[in-house]
Amino acid sequence: MRRIGVFVCHCGSNIAATVDVEKVVEAAKTFPGVVYAADNKYTCSEPGQEAIKKAIAEHNLNRVVICSCSPRMHEATFRKTIADAGLNPYLLEIANIREQVSWVHTDKEKATEKAIDLARIAAAKAAKDEELFTSTIPIEKRALVIGGGIAGMQAALDIADAGLQVTLVEKESSIGGKMVMLDKTFPTLDCSACISTPKMVTLSQHPNIELMTYSEVTHVGGYIGNFEVTIKQKAKFVNHDICTGCGLCETKCPAKVTSEFDQGLGKRPAIHKLFAQAVPNKPVIDKNSCLKLTTGKCGICSKICPVGCIDYEDKDKEVTKKFGAIVLATGYELIDWTKLYGEYGGGRYDNIITGLQFERMVNASGPTDGKIVRPSDGKTPKSVLFIKCVGSRDVNKGKSYCSRACCMYTAKHAHQVLEKIPGAKAYVSYMDVRTPGKGYDEFYMRTLEDGAVYVRGRISKIYPEGEKLISLGEDTLSNSNVTLETDLVVLETAMVPNPSAEKTAAMIGVGRDKDGWLQEAHPKLRPVETNTGGVFLAGTCQGPKDIPDTVAQASAAAAKVIGLLYKDELETNPMISKVDPQKCAGCGFCIEVCPYGAIELVDFPDRYQGKKIMRKVAQVNGGLCQGCGACTVSCKPGAIDLLGFTNLQILEEVDALCR
Amino acid sequence: MSLEEQKQVPENWEPTILAFCCNWCTYAGADLAGLNRMKYPENVRILRVPCSSRVNPQFILRAFQKGVDGVLVAGCHPGDCHYVSGNYFTRRRFLLMQRFLEYNGIDPRRFQARWISGAEAGKFRDTMLQLCEEIKELGPNRKLREVK
Ligand SMILES: Cc1cc2nc3c(=O)[nH]c(=O)nc-3n(C[C@H](O)[C@H](O)[C@H](O)COP(=O)(O)OP(=O)(O)OC[C@H]3O[C@@H](n4cnc5c(N)ncnc54)[C@H](O)[C@@H]3O)c2cc1C
Repeated sequence: MRRIGVFVCHCGSNIAATVDVEKVVEAAKTFPGVVYAADNKYTCSEPGQEAIKKAIAEHNLNRVVICSCSPRMHEATFRKTIADAGLNPYLLEIANIREQVSWVHTDKEKATEKAIDLARIAAAKAAKDEELFTSTIPIEKRALVIGGGIAGMQAALDIADAGLQVTLVEKESSIGGKMVMLDKTFPTLDCSACISTPKMVTLSQHPNIELMTYSEVTHVGGYIGNFEVTIKQKAKFVNHDICTGCGLCETKCPAKVTSEFDQGLGKRPAIHKLFAQAVPNKPVIDKNSCLKLTTGKCGICSKICPVGCIDYEDKDKEVTKKFGAIVLATGYELIDWTKLYGEYGGGRYDNIITGLQFERMVNASGPTDGKIVRPSDGKTPKSVLFIKCVGSRDVNKGKSYCSRACCMYTAKHAHQVLEKIPGAKAYVSYMDVRTPGKGYDEFYMRTLEDGAVYVRGRISKIYPEGEKLISLGEDTLSNSNVTLETDLVVLETAMVPNPSAEKTAAMIGVGRDKDGWLQEAHPKLRPVETNTGGVFLAGTCQGPKDIPDTVAQASAAAAKVIGLLYKDELETNPMISKVDPQKCAGCGFCIEVCPYGAIELVDFPDRYQGKKIMRKVAQVNGGLCQGCGACTVSCKPGAIDLLGFTNLQILEEVDALCR
Repeated sequence: MSLEEQKQVPENWEPTILAFCCNWCTYAGADLAGLNRMKYPENVRILRVPCSSRVNPQFILRAFQKGVDGVLVAGCHPGDCHYVSGNYFTRRRFLLMQRFLEYNGIDPRRFQARWISGAEAGKFRDTMLQLCEEIKELGPNRKLREVK
């Protein structure tokens, strides 16, 4: 027997001024199944909640309808109230007579009529409410961090410091990401390596962190609290267990190729560490340039290695591990400007470089030992032009967004030119100067005081003339054409998502926005979560940002992971899909529709014409299902239903609405 | 009832309109319209569903059978679905269903879909106004209706 109680809230005068609350109470008493109805000034207040509990006990109520504000406001509150009174918390329905009635209508009679309708609909649904139970799933207390830039490092360290186990997977042979390529960092101009390399060392020695460099994630299965991840460790051809990192092999390797780390400005041997302070500080052999591995001839490194750690037979290895949470920190790359900006020579002129190449040059441990030079002849430039927004804020050729860090690092670059080359000129072509951030505008002002010349307008063409580069553009402030003659041009190019993130994100089921940045669950309120439970974002993989913002976001992601992994088990949402195996035909349409891969076909023992048979039926994984209900509509025999929003309940609501 | 009687619109007739709103976007947009005290006609009754993709065509048929004059299905903007891809299913199902209803003689204006985010209170109100006006103009729905 359904014994429904209806509680109508005045919400002070918020509801009562427009809705005749007493009339709603009287009407409610006539609804099928309703045995009790009452009003209350403030139902959500303590006396209001006590009144509900008392009525449940006195009138032996087993379903509750509350006519009040939006369920998005107080559903959780009232579920707890009725649970305190001994009812299953899901035996509750709310009729939204404030946001949908009293606040949007003025005619009291019509508003009251509508409030009664909404109460009737809620009571009809409540009559079909069933008890629902949350189940619990155990949580694997280990986090996976993908990407070892400053974002991944910070997140890994924070999680590990909280006492939890972390595995950090980095695709390159060392952690560090872009930050370790930089020379100094704005706005304080502290040396980038001095603040990032100690973090790298701490990380590699942390008892709670397992570091897997030269590795990539190849498969992700499972769900929040229980991910099963396959990680491929690429062959290093160097046994790191015995290698001492002495570096002798690097000095003797005859194969020299362009250094990716130095952005093409220098050379590196085939057996190499990514950079001098690499962590782990042991080399790997790049199999595409090693003479022994490509031609079979050479083997010098093996001959001279004092500990015999070279292993040309090394193979890729795969391991599978379980994790409770995943942090994506796959970072960014710079846009390939050479394909987009033919008017800047499309890469044909040696003395047009990118901001990251400039960073390598000014870096004391970079290819030019910290000297700013022209790549064409090694001479010191007497004048340098920096062009901002190359690929950023350019809907025609590049990206529509602002890359956020460039205004500041361009000011840094101009400052470095003026500081390192006495008498040099530094020009900056810009559209706007954006310097929001602590100490940021002061830093930009200092660069202006140093003597940097800012010209407002885009450069439309660059061509070489003699030893110089001629840049043509417009000064939109004085409304005149400008011609700048400089020895070097630096393009401050747009950040784009690391291309390898696409595959990784797809494996984990994380969405990407129109530009490929990984999608957060909510731009304001859930900035580090994703729509896949247990998966979080840190750093520039989510969108362009500088180091302070990256680190802040990484620590935020770590806090979310710690919050999740500190629980022993996870309560699941009980309002999920459920299959009736007797009705299920095993067609699998629901599997295709499910955005979470939460449904699979399983064996089901059945009887057919008196014989025992095995047939396939759909089964919902409670850990993965998020309760959208898309599958229910795809089911032809009507075997899948959504608990809490069943077909029967919605049909009852429709009927109640039409009377 | 004669055909003539059937066609007559009763005096003071007001349409009954049913709106299925997804919990995350449109229902939140309706809440925001309330919070901003935006006014719209009383004819609309909202049913909350987790996602617009939860709406089974069966519910819509039942609504028309039972005497509803217009149905709205509303959810998050394409690409913004709380459940990743639910509203894409809604969009495809909606187009099919609208054609099916049209084939059965129901004016397509009686069955509409809209994408209204949790921030678009104004769009929610405007949709309600427009819907009520259109359905009022069309008069009571008599197709598919159960004989009482
Ligand atoms: C020229 C230039 C100068 C700058 N100067 C400054 C400055 O002075 N101050 C400042 O605050 N900011 C500066 N920035 C911005 C700064 O570089 C970034 O904010 C910061 O490095 C972002 O760190 P991250 O960890 O998010 O990304 P990254 O540093 O890009 O790290 C991502 C890491 O993930 C790895 N990875 C990617 N995909 C995978 C995968 N699928 N599997 C495993 N590993 C993967 C990558 O190899 C990399 O190690 C500058 C940027 C540029 C371009």
